[in-house]
Amino acid sequence: MTLAAHHGETARRLNGRATAAILAASGLAIVLGVLVAAGLLGQTGIRADFAARLLPPSLAHPFGTDPMGRDMLARTIKGLAVSLKVGLLAASFSVVIATALALAAATLGRGADAVVSFLVDATMGLPHLVLLILISFALGGGTTAVIIAVAVTHWPRLTRILRAEILQLRHAEYVTVSRRFGRSWWFVARHHFLPHLVPQMLVGLVLMFPHAILHEAGLTFLGFGLEPSLPAIGILLSESMRYLTAGRWWLGLFPGLSLLLVVLCFDAIGNGLRTLTDPRASQE
Amino acid sequence: MQPWPRFIAFRIVRLALVLIAVALVAFALAKMSPVDPINAYLGPDIAKVGPEQRALIAAEWGLDQPVGVQFTKWLGNLLAGDLGWSVTYNAPVAEVIGTRFRTSLVLMGLAWIFSGLFGFALGIAAGAWQGGWADRLIRVYAYVLASTPTFWIAILLLMVFSVSLGWTPVCCAGPVGVLPEDVTLVERIRHLILPLAALSILGIAQIALHTRAKMIEIMRSDYVLYAQAQGASRLDIALRHGARNAALPAITVLFASLGELFGGSVLAEQVFAYPGLGRATIEAGIRGDVPLLLAITLFTTLFVSTGNTIADALYRLVDPRMADPDAVQGAAP
Repeated sequence: MTLAAHHGETARRLNGRATAAILAASGLAIVLGVLVAAGLLGQTGIRADFAARLLPPSLAHPFGTDPMGRDMLARTIKGLAVSLKVGLLAASFSVVIATALALAAATLGRGADAVVSFLVDATMGLPHLVLLILISFALGGGTTAVIIAVAVTHWPRLTRILRAEILQLRHAEYVTVSRRFGRSWWFVARHHFLPHLVPQMLVGLVLMFPHAILHEAGLTFLGFGLEPSLPAIGILLSESMRYLTAGRWWLGLFPGLSLLLVVLCFDAIGNGLRTLTDPRASQE
Repeated sequence: MQPWPRFIAFRIVRLALVLIAVALVAFALAKMSPVDPINAYLGPDIAKVGPEQRALIAAEWGLDQPVGVQFTKWLGNLLAGDLGWSVTYNAPVAEVIGTRFRTSLVLMGLAWIFSGLFGFALGIAAGAWQGGWADRLIRVYAYVLASTPTFWIAILLLMVFSVSLGWTPVCCAGPVGVLPEDVTLVERIRHLILPLAALSILGIAQIALHTRAKMIEIMRSDYVLYAQAQGASRLDIALRHGARNAALPAITVLFASLGELFGGSVLAEQVFAYPGLGRATIEAGIRGDVPLLLAITLFTTLFVSTGNTIADALYRLVDPRMADPDAVQGAAP
């Protein structure tokens, strides 16, 4: 490769970092905006107004109204907030599971490694949705069931990444020295491995988020998820199915579109974080 | 590197272990459920049945025995080929899964092939002309679609093509009121188009993204540089070198994505009321039809795990270093 070509690529990479930062920041802003708006809304969108049933989108109701006269914009924002909370909890639990298993696999010997690798295989060998349905069935549905179900299905990929990361560290000099000083397993894990894993955990969390939200919405849509009284996106969309043939397109279009937007925001934040924390991208 | 016969034997044993583990966990989960199987079976007749009759049903089903005994009996029956009776469909579970899976297989198989073919073609085009307008378009399509809920795509398709335009039917795998065996091929295809489109649109995005990344890697390789030096055109390179080298990785991804394919098919089948295995899964879960739910869990595990195993084997073919993951880690900078 010639020098000029290499230089050109460097300029593009720098540009990429700036773009990544801007995209990530705007993604974060939109997500925070949704949360704040949902908090400010209070009871709007929950109250029924039978004089305003099934109105198509207008200036007063940009997303239209539902069969009970509730404003769809308000319900969508509340639904997104519910999805965000469920997604955040589920993804956080999943990251904890992934970290614990990765630590066990990488440091507790061959036996532990084999067990974890088997768990990864078993979890990946089942369609996520079937396992989600099964867990939700076992727990009798509801928000807790969804959070648990999503948490115990999403850890395998991150576990693999973290395990590989720890394996690289395992024979680092400072770890060996620490061991020679007689530091316990837990001390080494806490002081040498975990701090090193934080960027990967953070990126893993954000990138897991979209999957968690989409699976939550899917499960809820199928009737195994959140309680029908909650204005979750999955609930809104499954309600919209009943009015679809009557041509009430706005009931289905806007909640789904908003969910897509939020998921894209998280992709932008995750990819931005990954670009910004990757030492290989920061050299140039 | 492990020799092939050992790899295959190891994989088969592992697959069997995964199935046993899944059977155990699934059974435990079903037992944990607050849904009472007798109540679920009785449905609205619940008020007509007294405690004695309930006890009779429980004894008939073996529900009065310890959980361990129930599990071994169920597993024994399973191995003997008796999957149990589905209350929801009032038929043997094996028969329900057989007919339902055939219906789903048409949908999933075609979606799988379309995803592979179109995704691959788009990925090659995007990767070979990286940064061009086609690449940008394909990238936006793939990124947006990767974040879209399957069932929402299905709802949109239904809204536009069935409700607004009226080109396609609103539901099911055949016209209402016609026996499944009397449905003509044309009708069948008409009912298949939308679910198929919903599934393929998403599958294409994934394969396209993956192939594009692979293709970019190939375009930077020495042999492509050499071909360029010999005066080969970009199209020539894309077809002769790119497509050949990117094909196996794409097939690998296809095999590894059977789980997502089935998940997508569950959601699509729900939206279009398509009577496949996906809908049977939902019905079994909602009605508390435990034998069917457990059998579907095991069946789909077998399906997806086999796909994963084939993908692993293909990885080994593509990149022998994959046979020893630690070696790859060690080689990384």
